[in-house]
Amino acid sequence: MADLEAAAAESWEHEEKEGRHFLRFTRAQRLLHATLFTTFLGLAATGLPMRFSESVWARALASGVGGFGAILFFHKLCAVVLTLAFLIHVRDIFTRAFIHREKGIFWGANSMVASWKDVKDLLGHIRWFLGLGPRPQFDRYSYWEKFDYWAVFWGMVVIGFSGYAMWFAPFFAHFLPGWALNAVLVIHSEEGLLAILFIFSIHFINTHLRPDSFPMDMVIFTGMESEEEFKNRRPKEYQRLAAEGKLEARLAEAPGIWQLNFSRVVGFTAVAIGLLLLVLTLSAYF
Amino acid sequence: MKTASSIALALGALLAIAAPRAVIAQTDCLACHGDMTLQDASGHSVGVAAHTFAASLHGSLQCTACHTTIKEYPHPDKVTPVECQNCHADQASGLAGSVHAKASEHPCISCHGNAHAIFPKDDPRSAVYPLNIPRTCGHCHGDAALAKKYGLTNVYSLYMDSIHGFALSKGGLLVAANCQSCHGSHHILSHTNPLSSTYKANIPKTCGKCHAGITADYELGVHGKAVAAGNLKAPVCTDCHTAHAILQPTEAAFRMQSTPICGSCHKDKLSTYRDTFHSQLGGLGGYVQTARCWDCHVAHEILPASDPRSPVNQANLVKTCGRCHPGANLSFVQYQPHANAHDRKLNPALYFIRLFMNLLLIGTLTFFVIHTILWLIRSRYTQIKKRSADGGKNG
Repeated sequence: MADLEAAAAESWEHEEKEGRHFLRFTRAQRLLHATLFTTFLGLAATGLPMRFSESVWARALASGVGGFGAILFFHKLCAVVLTLAFLIHVRDIFTRAFIHREKGIFWGANSMVASWKDVKDLLGHIRWFLGLGPRPQFDRYSYWEKFDYWAVFWGMVVIGFSGYAMWFAPFFAHFLPGWALNAVLVIHSEEGLLAILFIFSIHFINTHLRPDSFPMDMVIFTGMESEEEFKNRRPKEYQRLAAEGKLEARLAEAPGIWQLNFSRVVGFTAVAIGLLLLVLTLSAYF
Repeated sequence: MKTASSIALALGALLAIAAPRAVIAQTDCLACHGDMTLQDASGHSVGVAAHTFAASLHGSLQCTACHTTIKEYPHPDKVTPVECQNCHADQASGLAGSVHAKASEHPCISCHGNAHAIFPKDDPRSAVYPLNIPRTCGHCHGDAALAKKYGLTNVYSLYMDSIHGFALSKGGLLVAANCQSCHGSHHILSHTNPLSSTYKANIPKTCGKCHAGITADYELGVHGKAVAAGNLKAPVCTDCHTAHAILQPTEAAFRMQSTPICGSCHKDKLSTYRDTFHSQLGGLGGYVQTARCWDCHVAHEILPASDPRSPVNQANLVKTCGRCHPGANLSFVQYQPHANAHDRKLNPALYFIRLFMNLLLIGTLTFFVIHTILWLIRSRYTQIKKRSADGGKNG
């Protein structure tokens, strides 16, 4: 949390006319997300044509990226960049938890690790969907955000490992039985497909397209959100920070117009590419 | 045969000298017919280019040797057509039994061209010189209207774009296969006739006239043996390479088209191949050097995996896979290029992994689709309710 507060203090100058803004994501976190979605779109755009190589659009896409041989090159390039980002993230977590002895990495309100509250929130959320109860009071990370995080975490381990096993098959054959070389393609493509279908439909809607955030939640691009958004979305965190007197430490300057516009262009482009890939994927089945 | 007919002609000429009244010398005929503008009653040109004729294969013959019904001058307006078979009996009998027997035009000059300008077939001026044959046959077989009328494919353009056509038209190779190399010349039979050189069972022999080494390999393989044993379901050369549009086998287009051809018989092998990375990447384009059927099974001397000489025999796999995968070891070659993830008995590990992955995919998506739909409905409902509570301003 220390770096979050430091970053907030750095960018905060005055209260904006429109009201106060708070920092939710640090620059490093936003950069991680940007790297993640850029390489993921690249991996999906080059992976799907291989998965559905018999379809018309697969060949068009393959030639679109600069020829048949290029598609595997781009796939591997994105994979290497994503792997590096993943390793940097894991190293970061490790350093914060075990070297700097930072509290609250593996438990507590700011942790990504699932807690009993998440189970209660999920059930409470469903009760609210059905009109059977009040809306749960979410803390810093809601259960679906944690699911997104761990789905990507698990996905990167599984897809990454199976991908490298195919890339360096003769090397991996020293440790893996022959049938595993068959299995890695099944695992890689099914898990990849799950990631693509999940991100381009569920994540897009849950995070960006549902009425409360429509058409796009800018917080992951700008890092900042308004006080009203903060209060409505994560009342528990807001109240906790207010009670602890730490709210002011998170104050930040409202995002500039150029920052918002740049974020919109990047964000909408990413969502558009994702939705196009989703349609192409579904067209292979229906 | 040629010598015999030459002797007969020479004897005829001698007899003609013995009876001077019947003689009409070339010069006598050319006195009129040497005029290239000369026409008969129906307007057909009856002029003869004297120099060309003199240089042609028949240049030493008297006109009456072929125009046998003309005995004296002036001759009747109507003369009977020349009967080439008087000398070329073998060719004529071959033609009589062929697909061209019913050709309404004079069958000989349809191919051999101008009767007064016939040259030996090794003379570039000849219509049947190897480099000229495709164009000669193409007069009819490249004619879309004729092709439609007789239900033929327009083979001329297919041939000209093929490796044989390029070798002939671009390379000027006399040894490049032209039409008659495969179909013969006079006694051309339909490919449905068991005596035809293009009848399925005879194809390996026909192609083997040039491709002797490949044919020898083919005859040792399972397909060659099956065809030799009378199983005409097994493929011959043309089933994979096609008859006229033959491509260079290393070409991307051929690499793309051949796998489905193998798969038209080996359906289960194609469908399991389709599930592998070899096919998934290879399906995107022929330039990608991923394994196609014959990269592992070889193309011509195809042997069952149980045969120790087969490249897909267990003992040879390290070498075969190692051609593309340097460092392939015994464990690596246990990879199954035709594994079936839907077959529980054959590939149990793969079957259950696929099942688990599918359940994970379907389970996760089903839960979250329901979750998201409920959430969307509830959010929208709350939004509308809130707006109407505001006085319906933003409703």
